[in-house]
Amino acid sequence: MIKKRLFMQKMCFSFLRMAVLINGAALAVILYFILSRGWRAISWEFLTQAPRDSMTAGGILPCIVGTISLCLITTFVALPIGVASAIYLNEYATQGKLVRIIRLGINNLAGVPSIVFGLFGLAFFCIVLKMGVSVAAGGLTLGIMTLPVIIGASEEALKSVPNTYREASLAMGATKWQTIRRVILPVAFPGIITGSILGLSRAAGETAPIMYTGAVFFTPDLPTSIFDEVMALPYHIYVLATAGTNIEATRHLQYGTALVLIVLVLGMNLFAIILRSKMRKKLRI
Amino acid sequence: MKRQIIDKGVHSTFLLIALFSIAALSLIMVFLFIEGIPIFDQITIKEFVFGQYWYPTDDPTAFGILALILGSVYVTILSGMMAIPLGIMTAVYLAEIAPPKVAEIVKPIVELMASIPSVVIGFFGMVIVAPFIQKLFNIPVGLNMFNASLMLAFMAVPTICSISEDAIFSVPVAVKEASFALGATHFETIAKVIIPASLSGICTAIILGLSRAIGETMVVLMAAGGAAMIPGSFFDPVRPLPASIAAEMAEAPFRSEHYHALFAIGIVLFLFTLIFNLFADYLSHKFRQVGEASL
Repeated sequence: MIKKRLFMQKMCFSFLRMAVLINGAALAVILYFILSRGWRAISWEFLTQAPRDSMTAGGILPCIVGTISLCLITTFVALPIGVASAIYLNEYATQGKLVRIIRLGINNLAGVPSIVFGLFGLAFFCIVLKMGVSVAAGGLTLGIMTLPVIIGASEEALKSVPNTYREASLAMGATKWQTIRRVILPVAFPGIITGSILGLSRAAGETAPIMYTGAVFFTPDLPTSIFDEVMALPYHIYVLATAGTNIEATRHLQYGTALVLIVLVLGMNLFAIILRSKMRKKLRI
Repeated sequence: MKRQIIDKGVHSTFLLIALFSIAALSLIMVFLFIEGIPIFDQITIKEFVFGQYWYPTDDPTAFGILALILGSVYVTILSGMMAIPLGIMTAVYLAEIAPPKVAEIVKPIVELMASIPSVVIGFFGMVIVAPFIQKLFNIPVGLNMFNASLMLAFMAVPTICSISEDAIFSVPVAVKEASFALGATHFETIAKVIIPASLSGICTAIILGLSRAIGETMVVLMAAGGAAMIPGSFFDPVRPLPASIAAEMAEAPFRSEHYHALFAIGIVLFLFTLIFNLFADYLSHKFRQVGEASL
């Protein structure tokens, strides 16, 4: 009897292991194809020049610069608002209806589909606020989309600060704001930055929110102001793969752009993960 | 005295900023409705939601989105059938049976899956998976419902896995030990004690994962085939709601009927995910575990 039950356990556990293997294999297959076919397109020219010959040759410099500038605007919008919201929720708020509603708002904002953010950005930033298709409009749209991630990450970081720190500071006669500014934020800072980088890396890879708010099909010029339109890596992949004049001929450029985007996004992730593990080691001591 | 006034001021400032998320959510709703409602001067809500024909640029135009809604629903269900078992099984493995060293490897894999940009996954579906399944199943087009669902499942697994893992992990150790003490095997404990105890968390995970799948744009735009008709089989091309908005917004003249109809699709999509999220929120609060007492 017990033998049968243990056999059952063994069988089911191997199913679980298989599920994990399927996930790993799927990830490996995607990374393999993008890496093995993308690296051939990568060259110094590819990274430092604008597209030529109606985008069938040349590089992707304007896309890289565009994605980075969109990311910068996103950071300026989402980081201060996100951290301040998290400070309110974790340090000031007492459990009650208001906090419940704010949290519900944040959760629902996190669930809004990316294309709906795009529609909103188009109707509000581009048309009502007259920004047109620009880095500013695209960055603001991405910023609002990233906000819930940054709030969540910052709250997590604030929660990990031991309560004794707060009590010690308050007992010394410091006000709550002084405690937050001089004691809590410095300790929580690395955690906040780690989570924020993870959120921003997601923003860097998003396409739908910037399709009609920030990114354009083709512009050889690098942006000089935040009201310029830009090219962006994710949108460039989409355009080349679906709407180019010669889709097959630019396939290597598509793989190359996908590889650059993945390296950018995973690089940001890796940086954040290393930062986090360093920080954890520091806290343990 | 002065310090206290500053403190009060800071408190209110932070409260105001914290309200920003709600303001943003409300603004999104307001603008969707401002730009979407005008289409209902032309047709009734019923004609819009249940109309079978989507010919926004033909003459006469037809703005029925039933085929698009069904496209979205089918793709989401099909991807759920793949992602839910995979996600939950991975979560159980991670929380219950993985040795710490293996978990250290598997966790980053799941995080990496979550961080690959959707456009790259859509691109992969288009150029690698489409020709592959076209040959494998001997079908005319590789860009279809099955392909899009497969890619969406890849995106939903990390969401489902990480939230379920938290839920399983939070089951009190005492409950597990009690089950062992009664002579249950580890697997019996997982199946009959741990999973039932974390069921509300797992359900939340499933709902949020599916909500992510239904709102995902680039994958269905690139890999689903884009035919606005009611699918008859797994291998028919479909055009889910987000794909229609993304594909057609460029060609819709500003504030034309078509433009308003696309915003109205945005409203439908927004309501879908809003209901999903409110339901997930309700579940996670209603059945929140507080120690062993609530089991």
